[in-house]
Amino acid sequence: MSRSLAAVAGGRSVARVAVVGNPNAGKSTLFNSLTGLSQRVGNYPGVTVERKVGAMAAGSDRVELIDLPGTYSLAAHSPDEMVAVDVLLGLLEGERPPDAVLAVVDASNLERNLYLLSQMIELGLPVVVALNMVDVAEKRGVHVDAAALGARLGLAVVATRAHKGAGLDELRARLCEALATRRLPRPVVDFALPDGLRSGVDHLQQGAGAAAERAIGRPLHSFEILRGLVDEGGHAERRLRAAGGDVESSLREARRKVGSSIPLSALEAQSRYRWIRQIVAGCVRRDAHPPASWTDRLDSLLTHKILGTAIFAAAMLLLFQSIFSWATPARDAIDAGFNAIGHALERLLPAGALRSLLVDGVVAGVGGVVSFLPQILLLFLFLGILEDCGYMARAAFLMDKVMSRVGLSGKSFIPMLSGFACAVPAVMATRVIENRRDRLATMLVTPLMTCSARLPVYAVLIAAFVPRRSLAGGLIGLPALTLLSLYLLGIATAIAMAFLFKRTLLRGPPPPFVLELPSYKWPAPRVLVLRLWERTVAFIARAATVILAMSVVVWALAYFPRSAAGGSAAPPAAPAAVASSAGGARDADAAREAAQLEGSALGRVGRALEPVFEPLGWDWRITVAALASFPAREVVVATLATIFSLGDRDDDPQGLQRALTQARRADGAPLFTLPVALSVMVFFALCCQCGATVATIRRESNSWGWAAFTFGYMTLLAYAGGIAVFQVGRLLGAA
Amino acid sequence: MRTLDQLPPGASARVVRLCATGAIGQRLCEMGLVEGTDVRLIRFAPLGDPLEIEVQDYLLSLRRSEARLVEISDSAAP
Repeated sequence: MSRSLAAVAGGRSVARVAVVGNPNAGKSTLFNSLTGLSQRVGNYPGVTVERKVGAMAAGSDRVELIDLPGTYSLAAHSPDEMVAVDVLLGLLEGERPPDAVLAVVDASNLERNLYLLSQMIELGLPVVVALNMVDVAEKRGVHVDAAALGARLGLAVVATRAHKGAGLDELRARLCEALATRRLPRPVVDFALPDGLRSGVDHLQQGAGAAAERAIGRPLHSFEILRGLVDEGGHAERRLRAAGGDVESSLREARRKVGSSIPLSALEAQSRYRWIRQIVAGCVRRDAHPPASWTDRLDSLLTHKILGTAIFAAAMLLLFQSIFSWATPARDAIDAGFNAIGHALERLLPAGALRSLLVDGVVAGVGGVVSFLPQILLLFLFLGILEDCGYMARAAFLMDKVMSRVGLSGKSFIPMLSGFACAVPAVMATRVIENRRDRLATMLVTPLMTCSARLPVYAVLIAAFVPRRSLAGGLIGLPALTLLSLYLLGIATAIAMAFLFKRTLLRGPPPPFVLELPSYKWPAPRVLVLRLWERTVAFIARAATVILAMSVVVWALAYFPRSAAGGSAAPPAAPAAVASSAGGARDADAAREAAQLEGSALGRVGRALEPVFEPLGWDWRITVAALASFPAREVVVATLATIFSLGDRDDDPQGLQRALTQARRADGAPLFTLPVALSVMVFFALCCQCGATVATIRRESNSWGWAAFTFGYMTLLAYAGGIAVFQVGRLLGAA
Repeated sequence: MRTLDQLPPGASARVVRLCATGAIGQRLCEMGLVEGTDVRLIRFAPLGDPLEIEVQDYLLSLRRSEARLVEISDSAAP
């Protein structure tokens, strides 16, 4: 076997297999099981499609698996969808065509899954089918005979249960066999396009083939021609035109020749489904009285008018309550750990710039952010479970009517919901939306959803300034209610902005909503854990790079320039600011540090901008923290920790919260009142202080303009929102 | 001609013709709403739209406005 495989590779590198399948067919689980942790994720050039490649060990050989995005058909409506076709036909620059295709087919949903397979078979590549979810099909009283299906399709069909790891060894063996023999599928019934379509393709080939070949330097694949013929007014047609030659008149003539009374796409689909019925005849046995499936029973509950809506709301409430309370012990433990490191360093190192850098810059900064990892993981876990068990699609079903009022579809709801975890993957998740305008509108408002990076800001300020009162008989606390309100603020603003965008910049009719509601299933722990692990690594990497760098920069700006003789050289403005703490006879050290901070580079910038942020109730220190958090919101916590641990030394484990409540204004009044804390939180709810999000929007929209626009409009909203909440809060407080 | 959106919840019918063109027409027929296919309307969403149907052994959600493009015969064949 290994010799023949080496022959396939032909001295090139390793053999390549493209993994193709419908969404929800278990493709990701199968890909993960086959490749394990040896995955590389990148992007195809020029488009926004993720390129995921993994190595699979097959005997003594290694095979490279390419995971293509899940799709129902190879009819491409957008450049992104075209990538799958281009990869399979080997038309992508710098990419060898795959040597074989691994088609993942959901046995519980055989006919529709075979639609994509019928297109695969036309590509002229060896195909191996993983007949997945046979157990789910059995439970529904549908018995698929894998061997018989394989015989009728003229290719290897292996029954698999990807989530249990069953059938994988045989699948690997069949793949190696296909790579070695290079045998093409030979179905017992050849798929034939209707005569009209066939002659249309031929006509187009004759009319435009030669000219197109001259223009693009290769012959057109007949599948490309078919797509261009059928896709009236769509992307595949435009691409065919772009190839040059006399496509226009050939296309018109070819379509006239087909002479169909129904749309060409319907003609193609009909003939494919007819072929599918012929193929599956005799391979599928159905129980006369199939048991009512769990999906039916669950759906009648979860999409029920009253109960379904209540369950949806309860699930969201549970999520917020859990991330606020359940993660606390782990968070406290991490806090304590970083504090211990800080104290150890203080004992080990002599006082001076280095000790200050490590303790006040690095440990306080990074520790302040890493301690929110438990909450972030809990959130990702929760959203991951909702996604994998199939509930996300029901959420889209429940919410579509609301979203269509705004001018979007329920499909936009899923990216927006993912935005609760992190705007970066959420912006990427807008890829499920076909229409560019709707996709852009969703992309522009998704960063308004309360992502996990806002949690550190909320958590610190809520814990410090919102009274711990419980409401509704202890069911929910005031802190959790405040958190929920901030989430609702994000949602409401996002909806309002989407409404606005769809009526102005991105005007267009509401997009269609054709969405599969997949069967409910238990999420595979392995896949969930793998994804959580990826998130953890990504978050820690971010803490170790962006956040560490910012912490150090902010520390340096706050530490330098050093005044020569400490307190005596403090700038003239300083004494007033520290008068209160001096009056309390805290100690000269703290006064000197505060004066030093105010005279530092950071203090000067903050002072200069103080008037701009005064209507929000902020002083120069809050202004500095907000400015420093441009690369990532959570940095504001690190900056506050740096500023206040520098200005007010305190060895309390609850350091930051304590420091914030004790911070004073120049006149001795507390710096943070409830309206100020709320204005900071509202600012961070609405602003776009996240370099990664801005970069992702640039990449996904292929334009710096949209990225800059998102940052700009959100910053304006945040500023206005901060002013509104502070001024209203102050009036209410005074009344 | 009756269309899919007029079907009461729980009722079945057979697709006679699909009147949609363009991307939406293509998507609907790829998803299995082709001539001769049996469909069952399961329910409408709590807010009255979209609706959930069973077609080709799976559950599909689409809007009333899209279901209106699918012409159906009065009842499914036995």
